[in-house]
Amino acid sequence: MAWNQPGSGDKDPWKQPKGGNQGPPDLDDIVKNIQKKLGGLFGGKGGNGQGHVGGGKAGGIGVSLIVVVALVGWLLSGFYVVKQAERGVVLRFGQESYVTSAGLRWHLPYPIESAEKVDVEKRHLVEIGYRSNPRTGGKSKVPREALMLTEDENIIDIEFAVQYQVTDAGKYLFNVNNPEATIVQATESAVREIAGKSTMDFILTEGRDDVGQRTKTLLQEILDRYESGIDITKVEMQEAQPPEQVKAAFDDAVKAREDEERFKNEAEAYSNDIIPRARGKAARMLQESEGYKASKIARADGDARRFTLIAQEYAKAPRVTRERLYLEAMEQVYSSTTKVFIDQKAGNNLLYLPLDKLVPQARDNDSDADAGAAGEANDSASQTSRRQDSRKDLRSRGTP
Amino acid sequence: MTQFKLVVLVAVVALVLVGLNSVFYTVDEREKAIVIQFGQVIRHSDEAGLHFKLPLVQDVRYFDSRILTLDAEPQRYLTKEKKSVVVDSFVKWRILDVLTYYLRVQGNEVRARARLQTLVNSGLRDEFGKRTLHEVVSGDRSEIMQILAVNTDKAAREFGIEVVDVRLQRVDLPVEVSQSVYQRMEAERTRIAKELRAQGAEAAEKIRAEAERKREIMVAEAYRDAQRTRGEGDAKAAATYARAYKRNPDFYSLYRSLNAYRASFNKKEDIMIVDPSSEFFKYLKQK
Repeated sequence: MAWNQPGSGDKDPWKQPKGGNQGPPDLDDIVKNIQKKLGGLFGGKGGNGQGHVGGGKAGGIGVSLIVVVALVGWLLSGFYVVKQAERGVVLRFGQESYVTSAGLRWHLPYPIESAEKVDVEKRHLVEIGYRSNPRTGGKSKVPREALMLTEDENIIDIEFAVQYQVTDAGKYLFNVNNPEATIVQATESAVREIAGKSTMDFILTEGRDDVGQRTKTLLQEILDRYESGIDITKVEMQEAQPPEQVKAAFDDAVKAREDEERFKNEAEAYSNDIIPRARGKAARMLQESEGYKASKIARADGDARRFTLIAQEYAKAPRVTRERLYLEAMEQVYSSTTKVFIDQKAGNNLLYLPLDKLVPQARDNDSDADAGAAGEANDSASQTSRRQDSRKDLRSRGTP
Repeated sequence: MTQFKLVVLVAVVALVLVGLNSVFYTVDEREKAIVIQFGQVIRHSDEAGLHFKLPLVQDVRYFDSRILTLDAEPQRYLTKEKKSVVVDSFVKWRILDVLTYYLRVQGNEVRARARLQTLVNSGLRDEFGKRTLHEVVSGDRSEIMQILAVNTDKAAREFGIEVVDVRLQRVDLPVEVSQSVYQRMEAERTRIAKELRAQGAEAAEKIRAEAERKREIMVAEAYRDAQRTRGEGDAKAAATYARAYKRNPDFYSLYRSLNAYRASFNKKEDIMIVDPSSEFFKYLKQK
C-alpha cells in the first residue's frame, strides 16, 4: 500500500523511474501523479538537478507523510455513529443512496458521500394553544392558537397536544422544508376545521374524543399529501373550555343544572316527608275512630246494664228508692257547691247579695276543699265513680 | 526547499480540487439545479447526483426542491353578509418546472412568494365573498381550500410552481366582533341557566303540590272513614241505651236527672241560692 512506502526510505518515488512500481492501487497513482507534476514544476523552475535530488530525499519523506496523514484523516472522516433510535441516510453526491441502522458506520468521505441521521423512534410533541414549561411544570396559554370558532359561531378555547414520529427518514429529510413548522400549521388548520364543524356544546361534552380522533385523521391526511414521512401517533385534546371572558356564565349554567336537580330533590324530600306523615295521621284517625266506636258501644252497654239492674230494684220498692236516690243526689250537690240560704218568708226584700265577692271566695275555698276531698275520696268511692259516670252520660248525649 | 515544495504541493492540490469543482457539480436530493452558459440555460432537469459541466463558461444555480411554505400575515376578508373575518392561511408549494421558475420569477423565492400571495389573496376574497360566515367557518371550509388549491395551482403553473395545498389555518372574527360574540354567548348561557333553574322550580312545585294533594286526600279520606266508624259506634250505643231505657221511662227520667244535677253542680264556684221551703229541707224547718 502507498502509505507503507515511507517506512522503507529507499523506495522514495522521486528516485524511481516511471512504472517501477508494480500494481499500485489507484490512490497511489493519484499521489504519484501529483508528485510527478510537482517534480515537473521544480524542474522547470530550478534546473539544478543535483541539488534537487539531494534535498528531495528528506523533503519527499516529509511531504509523503503529510499526504498520507491527510489521506488517513480523510478516510477516517467517513465514520459515523447511528444510535439505536436513529436511521442514517447516506447521500452519494447528494443523491439518496442507502439507509443504515444503529451501530458504527462508514461512508465514503466528503465530498463523495455524506450521512444524515434522523431519529425515528422519538415521539415529538407539538403543543397547540399552550406551551408547557418543563422546568417549572407549569404551562402558559397561547390564546391566539387556542381560541377558535365553532359551528354555532361561538368561540371556544381548546388546547391540543400532538405526538408524532418520523417513520420515513428519507421522506422526512427530502420532501418538506421545515417539517416542524408544517406540523404546527397543519395541526392548527385541522383542529379548526374540525371545531368549525362541531357545535360548542358537543366539543365541551361528549365530543371530546371524537374531535381528537377526527383531527388526527385529517392531520395525517394532510401530512401524507406532503409525503412528509411523519406519522401522527396521538392527538389529545388537553382542554376544551369556554373562553375566560364567558367562563363565569358557563359555570353558572352548569350550576343551574345542578340547582335544577337540587330543587327537584328538595321537593322529593318534602314529598317523602309529608306523605308518610299523612299516612300515619290517617291511620291514627282510623284507629281512634275504631277505638271510639268500641268504647262507645262498650260504655253504652255498661250503662244500659247498670240502668237495667237499678231499674229492677226500683220496681220492687219505687217510693223508698226514689227518695233515697233523690237525697243522695242532693246531698252530693249541696256538699260540693257554695250555698246561700235565704228564707223568703222572713220577708226581707232588701237582701243584698255580693255575688261578685262570693265567687272568688268560693274558688279559694274550692281549692281547700279539693285538698280535703282527697281524704274523703276513699270513703265515698262509690259516689265519686257514680259522679264520673253521670258526667260521661252527659257527654255521650251531646255527641250524636 | 522542503517548505517550498510543501507549499507547492498544497497549491497544486488546491488547484486540482478547484479544477474538479469547476468540472463536476452535485445536485442534492433537496435541490433542483440549472446550468447556465453565457446567460443561456442549457440544462435544467438533472437528477440528484454527480454531474459534469464545462469549467468557467458554465454556471450552476440551485433551487430548493422540497415543499415550501408561504405563511402570510392574517388578512381581513368580507363574507357575503359583509361580516369581516380575519383569515390566516398558508400555501404549500414547490418548484415544479425549474426553467419556467427561473424565467418568470428569476428564480427569486421572494418574488415567487409575492406572486403566490397575490393569487391566494384574490382567491380568498372571491370565495369568502360568495359565502356566509357560517359556511366559511363550518360547511364550506374544505371546499374553499379545495377550490383555492386547484385555482392557485393552475395559475401558479405559469411560474413553474406547483401548489400542493392551500389551507385555512385560522378563520377568526376581528377582536371587536369577538367581544360581541362573548356577550352573546354570555347572554345565551344566562338564558339557559335561568331556564334550568325555572324548570327545576317548576318540577319542584309540581312535586310538592302533588305531595300535598295526596296528603289532603289521604287525611280527608281517613276523616271520612273515621267519622263513619264513630257514627256506627254512636248508633249502636244509642240503640243500646234506647233498648234499656224504654223499658222504664219514668225511672229513666229520675235517674238521668239526678245524675245530671250531680254533674252540673259540683264546684265551689257554683253558687246556689236555696229556699228552705224545698222538699230537701223539710226536716230542717220542723222545730
